[in-house]
Amino acid sequence: MSATLAAPVLQTQNLCKAFGGLVATNDVSFSLPAGARHALIGPNGAGKTTLVNLLTGVLQPTSGRILLKGEDITGLPAHTRVKRGLARTFQINQLFTDLTPLQTIVLAIAEREGAATGWWQPVGQRRDLVDEAEALLRHLGLLDVRDQRTATIAYGKQRLLEIAVALAGKPAVLLLDEPAAGVPEAERHQILDVIAALPADVTLVLIEHDMQLVFRFARTISVLVNGGLFVEGPAADIARDERVKRVYLGEELVDV
Amino acid sequence: MSSLLSYFRPDTSTAQGTLLAPARWRPLEILFWLFAVSLFWLAPSKMLLLNEIAILALFALSLDLILGYAGIVSLGHGAFFGLGAYVAGLLGKHGLQDPLAGLLIAGAVAALLGFVTSFLVLRGSDLTKLMVTLGVALILRELANKFSSITGGADGLTGVTMGPVLGLFEFDIFGKTAYAYSLAVLFILFCLARRLVNSPYGLLLRAIKGNALRTGAIGVPTNLRLVTIYTIAAAYAGIAGALLAQTTQFVSLDVLDFHRSADVLLVLVLGGSGQLWGAVVGSIAFKIMYDFLADITPQYWQFWFGLVLVLIVLVGRGGILGFWQAGSAWLRSRLSKGGRR
Repeated sequence: MSATLAAPVLQTQNLCKAFGGLVATNDVSFSLPAGARHALIGPNGAGKTTLVNLLTGVLQPTSGRILLKGEDITGLPAHTRVKRGLARTFQINQLFTDLTPLQTIVLAIAEREGAATGWWQPVGQRRDLVDEAEALLRHLGLLDVRDQRTATIAYGKQRLLEIAVALAGKPAVLLLDEPAAGVPEAERHQILDVIAALPADVTLVLIEHDMQLVFRFARTISVLVNGGLFVEGPAADIARDERVKRVYLGEELVDV
Repeated sequence: MSSLLSYFRPDTSTAQGTLLAPARWRPLEILFWLFAVSLFWLAPSKMLLLNEIAILALFALSLDLILGYAGIVSLGHGAFFGLGAYVAGLLGKHGLQDPLAGLLIAGAVAALLGFVTSFLVLRGSDLTKLMVTLGVALILRELANKFSSITGGADGLTGVTMGPVLGLFEFDIFGKTAYAYSLAVLFILFCLARRLVNSPYGLLLRAIKGNALRTGAIGVPTNLRLVTIYTIAAAYAGIAGALLAQTTQFVSLDVLDFHRSADVLLVLVLGGSGQLWGAVVGSIAFKIMYDFLADITPQYWQFWFGLVLVLIVLVGRGGILGFWQAGSAWLRSRLSKGGRR
């Protein structure tokens, strides 16, 4: 990974987070170029969630730095990081259940364009924003539920909307936190198709338990154990790595 | 004529049409305002009551902006109402007798208090918000009580005199000018609020109410947006209080009493929160019910009022407007079935 020549888009330097005596993130340094397809895996309690929270700005690190496109974003609040191009999805849906998918996406696009504080013209007045929202919904196969209350649409569609909201911000880095979690088998392929079709220049960080999904999309993998980077490298190497298999013990690594 | 009809039947087949549809005025809304104006001639003996309803509606509208749209709970919204009333009363007593100028200043002062206290209110959970808003209101009431040399304390602020509205319309004892004045202010502020809630900013507020974690994750500085609406709502409440002070030409500690904050919450729950009209419908229902119940059972009206409230909250959470919408949806589905048969 260090061999890539492209400037890193997302980088951490000696990132540490301690909750009292418990070290949840221990000296994590990694660097991802534009267009990376990177997976962050590790057994339960390895510190994946803490690392995501540090990256997104929900938590502040005890020490270390986070760089986005070369700029230090360590001290910035979560919403400012989003503005700089770092978007995420949530493991558990965080959607506007009373709004429709169309309203949700129009709002996300309006916020990106700095138009979400307009208070005089009605929502939908700007044709360009609506057209873009509709195109995004179509791309993700959400056009058929465009005007339904989000609370009432199928769970698989809600997971897609979760990704759509993040994409509406045109991020440089996209953190997908278990994107297919809880999705019924029959609807899984929709999520996988969407991930496969993500723009090539977006840096994708996949936080996953599901090894099938990891080995389908990730070209590089970091294995997190006890808060620290246990091993990292190309997906094929990780799949063969005996130490990683041992870490996962009962958990089965799928052959690639 | 056909363009007028098409205005009332927006095209909801396109994405843009669906988004724009809620911003269109519905015929019933226009009829309501015409009816409110016609009461000037139809019910000349009820001007004082109607004036009170208009003021309460404006106050409830203010609470709806923060509670119904942005999801900020408050048990002390009366603080801004009371402050506006005192500011307008004091201005009237000490020489600035132009009602509109007084209204603007009262709104501005209340907005300032809203802006400053918003940073306290928006910090914590719902319970914290309830306590902080309640606390701010209690502090304000005690201050008004303590500085009786300025506010008149428990005796109230007397000697408030108001000039004619726009230099033309003197306030009269029947409340004709009062009602016209309050109704006009309510209408203008209602229209502004209506634009606001149908705008991207209004949608943003509903999104924050729904999931503040997600609004942060699309890049919204959530607290900053809430500070803005809290300040605007405080100005609305201050103007409502100022209207009461100006049209009754009297201010007492009662304007800062806890029951003001509680009543306006009841009004909103009764009418239905989060849709502006709930504030208006709720105020009408509240005042009429109060008048009616206090008339037939002067001592036990609160019992009946409580009963109605419990029923409304239990049966349907949307208040009177919720019933109305559910009812008309049911009727429409019955009619369309009948048509197909």
